[in-house]
Amino acid sequence: MGEVFSVTLLSLEVSGLATVLSLLIGLPLGTVLALGRFPGRAALFSLVNTGMGLPPVVVGLAVAMLLWRSGPLGELRLIYTPLAIVIAQLIIAAPVVTGLTAVALQQLDPRLQLQLLGLGASQTQMVLALWREARLPLIAALIAGFGSVISEVGASMMVGGNIRGQTRVLTTAIVLETGKGEFERALALGALLLVLTFLINAALTMVQQRGARQRGRT
Amino acid sequence: MIEITQVIVHRDGRAVLAIDRLAIQRGEVLAVLGPNGAGKTTLLLVLARLLKPESGSIRFDSRAGPIENDLDYRRRISVVMQDPLLLDRSVFDNVAAGLRFRHLPAATVNTRTTAWLEKLGIAHLRDRPGLKLSGGEAQRVALARAFVLEPELLLLDEPFASLDAAARQALRGELRRLLSETRTTTVFITHDPAEVQGLATRSVWLEDGQLKVELPEERDTSLPSSTAFLR
Repeated sequence: MGEVFSVTLLSLEVSGLATVLSLLIGLPLGTVLALGRFPGRAALFSLVNTGMGLPPVVVGLAVAMLLWRSGPLGELRLIYTPLAIVIAQLIIAAPVVTGLTAVALQQLDPRLQLQLLGLGASQTQMVLALWREARLPLIAALIAGFGSVISEVGASMMVGGNIRGQTRVLTTAIVLETGKGEFERALALGALLLVLTFLINAALTMVQQRGARQRGRT
Repeated sequence: MIEITQVIVHRDGRAVLAIDRLAIQRGEVLAVLGPNGAGKTTLLLVLARLLKPESGSIRFDSRAGPIENDLDYRRRISVVMQDPLLLDRSVFDNVAAGLRFRHLPAATVNTRTTAWLEKLGIAHLRDRPGLKLSGGEAQRVALARAFVLEPELLLLDEPFASLDAAARQALRGELRRLLSETRTTTVFITHDPAEVQGLATRSVWLEDGQLKVELPEERDTSLPSSTAFLR
């Protein structure tokens, strides 16, 4: 029971941190993509859109090669640590949050930017106001980002190594138990993962839909 | 008070605005008339410093001292666009937005916003969501949001274009009253001369990005200066 608890906690810590970091990168980058006009913007947009569908095993492979003891970042000694999983999951979630942020902002009336500036908003105040206008789809972006990492197993396995007591998370534990034929344990862990994912998404959805109800109130 | 000279704006290789000189005096309500696509909105964006012309100068003689930058400039004026473009917040927060951008103390924001909600007859809508208003109500909020800033220059871009005849009529009367009360220097852009009748102190005609005719100054009894003492 103690092990299940620590595995669950690590899953939440790793995927939670990766999601928060992806938000710190994706929110500004998505904003620049949506509002900015600069050369290479279309190419960057395509790159982000491609990144939204990155297979976790490919990310796992690339991060493993980078962090491998003999690899370019091997000296950091990060391979098979929870931080390695965070890095891989960040690479998976960041394009998702970036792409959905950009789309969320592009759906706003473009003249709103001019109107806000015309009311005396600074650039920062304008961006903050636009984020607030797009808060519902931005929360959806956060939910999608978290969903993309809490459920992935390939990258966690490859860069974390599924080491008991150190880097074992819920998804890698499920793979292990299934491999051993311990279906009952695997099923229990699977159910736990589902319930956790549901609870976190339900909380985020509640925040999101409370905003929607306020918007709909007359 | 504001003077633009030799202003040129190109779009897609075409000059959409080419104005030799246009001066607006303090207290004046200038109507800029012209057909669709004449460059009226472009002129408004240039006057609001939301669009940089390729060449030319805009001189603004402000009561509050020299202008530091575009943001400082924009905080002395206010802009009302064709559509209300309200924010997804309460009516109060919509009207207060510009004051909060200027970091005014909460008490001041509250007093001024409440006063202008009342002046535009929308105090009862205070807590309603901005996106759930009728066209006329929304445009009143847009006007309150502009007037509450007590701008030195008010820029209006066809503010009644999206309204039905009755709402337009009512709001025109309202605007005339507010302009005469506040004596705000105003540039009113429209394609419909009837819209500015009794509002404007002077009209100019814009076509193909150029000022074609400067219409003579009207001697209208409904001018701000002449109605002020009646109240």
